[in-house]
Amino acid sequence: MESKVYVIGVGLTRIARLYDKGLTDLFAEASLKALEDAGWPEVDAVVVGSMLPSIHNEQSSLASLLAQSLPYTRGKMAVGVEDADNSGLAAVIKGYSLIASGLAKTVLVAGVEKMTEYPSAMAIRALSQACNAQHELFHGATLISLQALLMRLYMNTYGIDRDTMSAWPVLMHSNASENPYAQLRFKVTKEQVASSMMVSDPIRLLDSSPIGDGAAAIVLAASDAAGSRNNAVEIAAVAQASDTVGIAYREDPLRLLAAEKAARTAYEKAGIKARDLDVVELHDTTTILGLLGLEALGLSPRGKAAVMVDEGEFSSKSKPSVNLSGGLKARGHPAGATGVYQAAEIALQLRGDYPGRRAPDPEMGLALGLGGLGSTASIIVMRR
Amino acid sequence: MVRLSISRHWREKGAYYRLEGIECLDCGKRSYPPAPVCPHCGSRNVRRVKLPRTGRLLSYTITYSIPEGFREYAPVMLGLIELDDGTRLVSQLTDTKPEELRENMRVEAVLRRVQVDGEYGLIHYALKFRPHRPGGRKE
Amino acid sequence: MHPEDKTGIVGWGAYVPRYRLKAEEIVRIWGFEKTVPKGLFIIEKAVGGSDEDAVTIGWEAARNALMRAEIDPKEIGAVFFGTESKPYAVKPSATIIAEALGITPVTMASDMEFACRAGSEGLRASIGLVASGMVKYAMTIGADTAQANPGDVLEFTASSGGAAFIVGPREEAAAYFEGSYTYVTDTPDFWRRAHSHYPLHGEGFTGEPAYFNHIINSVKGLFNKLKLTPDDFDYAVFHQPNGKYPLRVGKRLGFPKEKIMPGLVTPWIGNTYNGSALIGLAKVLDQAKPGQRILVAPFGSGAGSDAYSIVVTERVEEKQRLAPMVQEYIDDKVYIDYGLYAKYRGIIRRITG
Repeated sequence: MESKVYVIGVGLTRIARLYDKGLTDLFAEASLKALEDAGWPEVDAVVVGSMLPSIHNEQSSLASLLAQSLPYTRGKMAVGVEDADNSGLAAVIKGYSLIASGLAKTVLVAGVEKMTEYPSAMAIRALSQACNAQHELFHGATLISLQALLMRLYMNTYGIDRDTMSAWPVLMHSNASENPYAQLRFKVTKEQVASSMMVSDPIRLLDSSPIGDGAAAIVLAASDAAGSRNNAVEIAAVAQASDTVGIAYREDPLRLLAAEKAARTAYEKAGIKARDLDVVELHDTTTILGLLGLEALGLSPRGKAAVMVDEGEFSSKSKPSVNLSGGLKARGHPAGATGVYQAAEIALQLRGDYPGRRAPDPEMGLALGLGGLGSTASIIVMRR
Repeated sequence: MVRLSISRHWREKGAYYRLEGIECLDCGKRSYPPAPVCPHCGSRNVRRVKLPRTGRLLSYTITYSIPEGFREYAPVMLGLIELDDGTRLVSQLTDTKPEELRENMRVEAVLRRVQVDGEYGLIHYALKFRPHRPGGRKE
Repeated sequence: MHPEDKTGIVGWGAYVPRYRLKAEEIVRIWGFEKTVPKGLFIIEKAVGGSDEDAVTIGWEAARNALMRAEIDPKEIGAVFFGTESKPYAVKPSATIIAEALGITPVTMASDMEFACRAGSEGLRASIGLVASGMVKYAMTIGADTAQANPGDVLEFTASSGGAAFIVGPREEAAAYFEGSYTYVTDTPDFWRRAHSHYPLHGEGFTGEPAYFNHIINSVKGLFNKLKLTPDDFDYAVFHQPNGKYPLRVGKRLGFPKEKIMPGLVTPWIGNTYNGSALIGLAKVLDQAKPGQRILVAPFGSGAGSDAYSIVVTERVEEKQRLAPMVQEYIDDKVYIDYGLYAKYRGIIRRITG
């Protein structure tokens, strides 16, 4: 019998090009906020999700290093999780597993990433390690350009035009404009999206998540350790699945198989259907991955997500509301930290104290994290 | 100073130079790059095969956001290519211009420089794809 | 009877990159008097792209030769690669091409250096290996991304391209060798020192004592050896550092312009150095008829010249369409300006890490 697991505290930093802050500064800021929010519990373990510390910071042993910046953690378990740009949610699920299995009672899970330590040509190359190094990156492909292949294929296959695709970034920026932690807190129009700089045709700058630094932390606890904290949010289910790292291996490149499988498992475990979800945070590195994510979760029929967004679905007034944070697109995407932001945002929505746009009285929330182009998927379902 | 691994690229030369992939003796599907197990059905009953050098563009992109080491090829053009036997792969497109690219365009593999390790390191060669040039018969 | 006539060309192939730089663009950039290109009989030259070098050019020419030969690459027992723009000072280029074409591992492979006639030296070596029975097939490749000091008159012609030939038994050949003759001396008309990016040359000295003296001696030597005269030949192909020299040397040897023009490529693609005469030969084979006789005389600075007499067989026509023809490569072109040319040929200094 698995022990139930609760989120009892969250802490976030604003995402930005934070040249004056290092990994330790960001981690400490988010973690101390989360611990304070949780009422300063004693933690049994520190789990850190991060994708690129060995490249951008020449640092392995990251979890132990960062745990040094917290009080009372010496001698405790400290472990790092790397799962490309899905590292954050993978770390949350690692923390969940420690508690569910009885190995720990209280776990601090943090995601942290420094993306701005080198010029962008190097950051692009590093982030692209989420894809197949030997047979995609070798040819100069990047995380974004591979998504551009999918975006063009999607638009041609389903006959979707630029204007319809632009509805996604417009919604994301609108949501982010009210999120105090977001990197891009401004609204955009479809015209601005369509005329923004071409990054990787047909992906434009306003389709694409920005490069930024950030850290997020949550405190997880078993039911006895969660005690009577009245803002505790229950984790109803977690699930993970994988798919090929190369998109050329996939029978249908427009299907995120890992996300579909993880969603099926998570829904079954939580005893819900997709339509029961009130609030969702999903992984939109660019517009196309956001749309494919909606379809993989069963929130839209295949090929229809862009049209549904354009027709006003998935807004703060919809069921479910999707990416009220602004998503990777506008909240930002500090790689390995992103999944912890998502988990924290869902917990805050369910608690009713999210500092940005709120879903109307949500009871059921979900976060979807993807590695690369969906070669790994992590899902966490939370219940109020 | 050498930045790129020597052995990591050297051991892939069958795939990089000759377009070697695998064929599954159980489900019959072919895959590139080569793998110890068929990515489609999971069978270990696979053999290495030389894939056809020609195919068509299923999708393409023109990238202006250039990773370190690829500036001389900018804008980097990439294709999702379906070879004549149905095998798919992602490769760089060469000898073409953004305005020439079309879905279903015929392309052929040609050996080119893919990455050059600075002024003193190795030159890494592999097959890229270019629009089919006129002349001769199709292989 | 000569040992050469047991052997012949079982496959030939050429490759010319797609990009062209007009001679008038070099006039514009470097302030030449505008009739200079006409004096050299050069209209435009082929330029390899950013990702092309002598190896990739040689690979494509060799692949075309293999398509025409229709043999198992593993049957090739020697690969000679002649170039003066080898990508590595130390490390063979021939092995890269041999590996990429599936010829390795049981083969000889080496890079040859003799300015523009290294590939031709490979052809003579191939003939010897096949005639002696040491190997069944041998391949020789001549390819260059020719360098010229920017602003030097050489820049009008120095270009990119290559050709490859597979030598094998006469019975399988599209054309067989009647005989060959080589003439070399130490004549320093053109050179590049070990760490120099560009070659230097003796200007007029590259002409009379070098190009003309060596080609005339090799061709006359061949005529004497085989008891042939210019009238016995249907085509004459010479090394072509510009458009004028091959016409002039042909005239002095007694060849009319009509026999030289079919194999003349430099005015439209430039001097591809090791590819120069060999692309000319490939172009002649693309159009030759059974029974015709071809004279080929490559030249390399330093200096030396080979002369070959080649007789076309009835197999030529079936092979002509098996790979792209030289004329098709010449016609498929994209004009670029000097800026792109400078980028493609690595003339722009930049930090590459």
